Amino acid sequence: MKRLLSGNEAIARGAFEAGVRVGTAYPGTPSTEILENLAHYPGVRTLWATNEKVAMETGLGSAYAGARTIVAMKHVGLNVAADPFFYGAYTGIEAGMVIVSADDPGMHSSQNEQDNRRYAKFARVPFLEPSDSAEARDFTRLGFEISEAFDTPVIVRTTTRISHSHSPVEVDPDWQPADTELPPYPRNPRKYVMIPAYARPRHVVVEERLERLAVYADETPLNRIEWGDRRLGIVSSGVSYNYAREAFPDASFLKLGMPYPLPPRKVREFAAGVERLIVVEELDPFLEEELRLLGVAVSGGKDAFPVLGEFDPDVVRGGGRKLGLLPEEGRRPAPVALELAPRPPVLCPGCPHRSVYHVLKRLKLVVNSDIGCYTLAVLPPLAATDTMGCMGGSISMAYGMELAGRAERGVATIGDSTFFHSGIPALLNIAYNGGRTIVIVLDNRTTAMTGQQGHPGTGMGVCGEGLHQVAIEDVGRAFGLQRVFVVDAYDTREMRRVLQESLEATEPTLVVARRACALLPVAREGRGLPYWVDLERCNGCGLCFDIGCPAIMRTAEGQAEIDPTLCVACDLCAQVCARRAIQRGEERRTS
Amino acid sequence: MKPLNFLLVGVGGQGILTASDILAELGLRAGYDVKKSEVHGMSQRGGAVSSHVRFGPRVYSPLIAQGAVDYLLSFELLEAARWATFMHPEGTVLVSTQRLPPIAVTSGGAHYPEPEEVRQELAGRVRQVFLVDAPQAAQGLGNPRVANTVLLGALSALLPFPLTQWEETVRERVPARFVELNLQALRAGQELVGTR
Repeated sequence: MKRLLSGNEAIARGAFEAGVRVGTAYPGTPSTEILENLAHYPGVRTLWATNEKVAMETGLGSAYAGARTIVAMKHVGLNVAADPFFYGAYTGIEAGMVIVSADDPGMHSSQNEQDNRRYAKFARVPFLEPSDSAEARDFTRLGFEISEAFDTPVIVRTTTRISHSHSPVEVDPDWQPADTELPPYPRNPRKYVMIPAYARPRHVVVEERLERLAVYADETPLNRIEWGDRRLGIVSSGVSYNYAREAFPDASFLKLGMPYPLPPRKVREFAAGVERLIVVEELDPFLEEELRLLGVAVSGGKDAFPVLGEFDPDVVRGGGRKLGLLPEEGRRPAPVALELAPRPPVLCPGCPHRSVYHVLKRLKLVVNSDIGCYTLAVLPPLAATDTMGCMGGSISMAYGMELAGRAERGVATIGDSTFFHSGIPALLNIAYNGGRTIVIVLDNRTTAMTGQQGHPGTGMGVCGEGLHQVAIEDVGRAFGLQRVFVVDAYDTREMRRVLQESLEATEPTLVVARRACALLPVAREGRGLPYWVDLERCNGCGLCFDIGCPAIMRTAEGQAEIDPTLCVACDLCAQVCARRAIQRGEERRTS
Repeated sequence: MKPLNFLLVGVGGQGILTASDILAELGLRAGYDVKKSEVHGMSQRGGAVSSHVRFGPRVYSPLIAQGAVDYLLSFELLEAARWATFMHPEGTVLVSTQRLPPIAVTSGGAHYPEPEEVRQELAGRVRQVFLVDAPQAAQGLGNPRVANTVLLGALSALLPFPLTQWEETVRERVPARFVELNLQALRAGQELVGTR
């Protein structure tokens, strides 16, 4: 039967059909749903790892031990996991291992748009690139076979537009993966212990493997020539192939399902068979460079199709016009005349991050922030953060600022899941080296940004099952920190008091600002009635507008008004109101 | 036949993804190749959300080109105007009268349009514009959350798929305890635009 699956659902399906036994990942848009979907299939052990490096190493361990394994991460996750990824390319595996790298051209939800196809070449491993969900399922399944046939991890590379697009997949609802016994563990230290003496011969194996893979690339139907009008030949892969297919419906195509290593024979046959060859690829000129290395004349690539941002049908048509392959546009639609108020993502009403950043802004502290919903606090009106770059970076960034010796005091703000991901070594570094950095963990009891996944602080697994729970404050105390505080994130007075005291301290401080994400069911328990504004007291000073709560509106008279359908009674606006005009819902209305 | 292009837009939390799931499933059941595309993550935090749905004998691109949208379903008034340049001149706009002013309006002083302003922005660009009072219809059914299905019902009045096919799809895609409510919403929406 045909089912509409997202690319991520299809990858999970492919892994299941391949008989995968272990799946592990750290949540990251656009890859998160792969593991969440895989968890619903029988016979697969799925777990959220604390970070991508841990996921990669766990995956290598289970693949060494003879179990087919999938690890999934967003593009920047592979940076975290790069160390084991590179040695995994040397050692190879006993059972198939597929690494999903989900890239994010256009940075829908990321700090950069790095092109992870380069990682495949960097580590000398093959990568497969599906163009739709049917291919995502098929390529994932095949990825395990290629992995075993060539004794190498295999990357399945997607982009946001493949991971989060739905298209039909023919699914056999009765499919049962082959029941395989784990083979006896083949103790083989020369292959799996990468001391220099053993690693040097493995590098030889890696280079020879790449040559055999190039031969396979020529044989496999993953790479196919679609002859059309021979005046124009287009080399493409992934989602770009779809845009190019619609923009140039009559052209000839070399569609690369396995773009690395390139299939040299097919490339030359295609190049010889067309009058003009162009390359349509999102982000870097990866294919273009590889083609040029093979001596192929490329007459249209990154000179026309941008290096920046995500492609769409209009971008690809624009490139075609630039190359003189498509006629100039006729009538362009008139720009919208109506004023379009922007609608950026915002912190939700009752978000426990808002009150913490409000206090930090009032104290005029330099705020080093981290990856999560709370990065939104950089936007006006909160405008409370100064630096942010990668998972776990805030703590060391704040420590570095302290070491530089400036007078301004700084703090680190980091989410609970991010703290467990890579904040722990940074906190240990401060405990070890000494300092007076203030670290605030925004403990909202979930991995909120990616859709509320569990982490060690919640003790919840992929399907919400109960696992061991670790308290952030216990981690700080175990490191020997003397100044560890747990504060209700909604309590701005207590937060202010603790921070002011900590600014005077000569040793490091860990503050756990704890309050469940307003979207979690637990946050609804005991929630008060919506607040309201006493218009006789409100003078329209605007202090409450500065917290950026979507529930607070400005009336035509400039006073504040609270939308009772949005307000979750967090109390922050009442705490900032200097005239006590904002009243709890339980207070009887007097006006 | 060229693919039919539907663009569903609005604000995070309005049930746009559910509505686009139902629409895409309908296309699949009608025997078409289907692609549906949306972006998760940041866009869900109260930001603008869009979902592209395309049916046809063969659909390549998951995204619709500017100027190629046949049906725009806007679940919020302002958002309809944001996508005006995506409309095909022969296209149809169904816009809910639901108002969800963004922060730039509620506390920043930016302008929020009246329904007539939105209609005027779109009217010259397309064949027809329907302002659909989906919030009121949903309220009448006792649950404002089914405004999304009301708008789908309005669309169903304009498309050549039998109501039974829509109903089957809703049964498949909606949790059992909400099926009857959503079927009512579907019919209510169809009546708002006029039955075939």
